Amino acid sequence: MRGEMSVIVRTIARITYALILVFGFYVILHGHLTPGGGFQGGAVVASGFALLPVAFGAAAAKRYLNPSLMRHLEEVGSLAFLALGFLGIGISFFYNVLANSGSLFGAAVPFGPNSGILNSAGTLPFMNWAVGLKVMTGLMTIVLVLLIGAGKEGKD
Amino acid sequence: MIAQEIVQVITLVLILVGAALAVSFKDLLASILALAGASLLVSLEFYILQAPDVAIAEAAIGAALTTAIYVIALRRTRRKEKE
Repeated sequence: MRGEMSVIVRTIARITYALILVFGFYVILHGHLTPGGGFQGGAVVASGFALLPVAFGAAAAKRYLNPSLMRHLEEVGSLAFLALGFLGIGISFFYNVLANSGSLFGAAVPFGPNSGILNSAGTLPFMNWAVGLKVMTGLMTIVLVLLIGAGKEGKD
Repeated sequence: MIAQEIVQVITLVLILVGAALAVSFKDLLASILALAGASLLVSLEFYILQAPDVAIAEAAIGAALTTAIYVIALRRTRRKEKE
């Protein structure tokens, strides 16, 4: 198939693709504890997605990744971030209503130094996921639109 | 402390070498790869200067995504620069 790279590149891409995606989702999930967050993790996931068209060619990537679905998911991400910002509007904009409430990501953090509790910080992890969804789909839309424009006319 | 400064100087010199190579190569694919290497070294420098947040963003966007975008753009243009 045209646009494909060599066997070495395709094999390495098959191995590293899952690892890059897992690392990106790890950075998003631990955004409130470790360096990185929604933007950084989303960029890592998008670079993992961008590996597919580079290694396997544009036609193979377009079978798995749908640009209009990506665009709608980006809108969902930004709307989810805005909705989370309005969740505590009764007290103030961006008020963290879920912190210390006992729900998901709502565990109370004990006093003193600790190694970081994943199930804490209230709405911040949800905001990280919203920003991560928006960034990964937005950057992937850029790459896919470039690919579609590159394959539209001319000899390639 | 002195070892950290030596690593920093080596990294900065390699960044300059990578940037100079990216400008001077006539083969544009090699130029893109030199730019990706310089970007990866910039990310290492951010990590040495204790900004791991910026280092992750630089490694993901500067080294990986812009390289993919440049390679896609290069497919529609000439690979060699004119003399």
